[in-house]
Amino acid sequence: MSTIRTTFSLPARVLHWTMAALILAMLFIGVGMVATVSEKHQWLLAIHKPLGIAILLLAIARLVVRLRNPPPPLPADLPALQKLAAHLSHWLLYALMIAMPLIGWAMLSAGGYPVMLSHSLRLPAILPENALAFAWLRTAHGAFAYLLFLTFLAHMGAALYHGLIRRDGVLRSMVNGQARDPSPQMPDGIGVVNGRPTD
Amino acid sequence: MHDPQPFSRPPRNSLRWALIAAAVVVAGGAFAYVGGWLTPHRLTAQRLVDELQRNGGGVHPGYRRNHAKGVCVAGYFEGDGKASAYSTASVFAVGRTPVVGRFAIPGGNPYAPDGSVPIRSLALRFNLSDGQQWRTGMNSMPVFPVATPQAFYALQVAGEKDPATGKPEPARLAAFFAAHPETAAFRAWAKTAKPSASFVTESYFGIDAFYFIDATGQRQAVRWRVVPEATDAQPAPASDDYLIGDLRQRLASGPQRWHLLVTLANPGDPTDDATKAWPNDRTTIDAGTLVLTSEQPQDSGPCRDINYDPTVLPAGIALSDDPLLPARSAAYSDSYLRRTSEEAHVPGTTVPTHAQPEASR
Repeated sequence: MSTIRTTFSLPARVLHWTMAALILAMLFIGVGMVATVSEKHQWLLAIHKPLGIAILLLAIARLVVRLRNPPPPLPADLPALQKLAAHLSHWLLYALMIAMPLIGWAMLSAGGYPVMLSHSLRLPAILPENALAFAWLRTAHGAFAYLLFLTFLAHMGAALYHGLIRRDGVLRSMVNGQARDPSPQMPDGIGVVNGRPTD
Repeated sequence: MHDPQPFSRPPRNSLRWALIAAAVVVAGGAFAYVGGWLTPHRLTAQRLVDELQRNGGGVHPGYRRNHAKGVCVAGYFEGDGKASAYSTASVFAVGRTPVVGRFAIPGGNPYAPDGSVPIRSLALRFNLSDGQQWRTGMNSMPVFPVATPQAFYALQVAGEKDPATGKPEPARLAAFFAAHPETAAFRAWAKTAKPSASFVTESYFGIDAFYFIDATGQRQAVRWRVVPEATDAQPAPASDDYLIGDLRQRLASGPQRWHLLVTLANPGDPTDDATKAWPNDRTTIDAGTLVLTSEQPQDSGPCRDINYDPTVLPAGIALSDDPLLPARSAAYSDSYLRRTSEEAHVPGTTVPTHAQPEASR
């Protein structure tokens, strides 16, 4: 790669928005299913497990895509602290979207539950039955879910900040394939979203 | 692209900031709503277990929040093939499936006297050869007092013990029963039920309805129960702890057997109401024999770490629309998380003292 790309690759963008929807749905399913005593508990649980495995597979694919297609650099004029926060939060998101399904799978294994993805499709246990391991994994699964949701809120807030306040093309680089103006001295450049002027 | 007023950013930006804040608040608020934090009066699994905990006399770390006093048993189920016409579950084919079970009495107090309630329970986990499982929690009464989790919660609240007398307030319970006529069948049973002297002489009812699914995908509504071969029911002795001693003595003299009877619903029989028994003339299949061969204390036995969630089912058995089933699953999971977290010393939980180990067993 001799030229610096200014937008995310198409596979990266497709994976990002697909997974954004799936992970957000997953977080709401998770927090809802552990609280509700209604019939929703059962069907949310039935979605939660196969969806978790789907997210795990997509996250691995996404990591491969990201390593093959480095993301566009952040604007050169972005304050160092914000750059650091951006990098850390992204790696946290990657870590959590891979860890959460694995922890869920390990937790059910340790709890002695059959890991059923459907009525008859069963995944093998990845840990021996151990109630103490279950307790720690289940606690971690819940705590990391809250952390993932908070990271999502920060991520969404930051994306909107880039798109609405800084208008520096960072949001656009994930929304569409249009190159952003690479000149860094126009942080307040009038944004173009989906080909339409924003003002 | 050509903003005529490039310097009018501050007021617009405040609008944009407000938009960003609104997006974050709406997303966070929706999450909190779904989690039940904004609706303190909505029944959640956690609130249900909190109430069971209160009724059990507080937290007994490491113990189940209901049916806290119990004993592990092990053995096998010998299928006779008769239920295989209705369910593809391998447990019903001719042959043996290993079982880890647990006898218990209801209530959250692990030191309650055996005679404090006329109800006994039996939970079973069948480990099928294909790695699937069937878990069931059964009770020694044919019907449940209430049909919904909300009514069950209200029953727990009505049955809270008066700190002065240590007993539920009769007027509150009477008011609950008056407001819940669906409890009639259970109350009729309770009127004549006496605490049994043995776990082994009792029948245990699955109470909730389920579906059996055959090889063609046909669904048949069913209820199951296990009926003992032992018939020498005796009046309960006066002491507080006799059930586990009796069980140990009987198992020492040989395996104890029950028949798994599966009742097939007729069209129209209710599957969503555990307070209503199906008529006696319904076809019943003897699906095989449950053989229990050994017992172990619950604080070290293999049943300790099992959550007998009745919604863990193998292919060939499916949930009905009984509203108690998802509530049981959700509440049992919360109870399981609490007690295993206590054993694991997860911060924020009460470490079990084991000051009163069940040495008497």
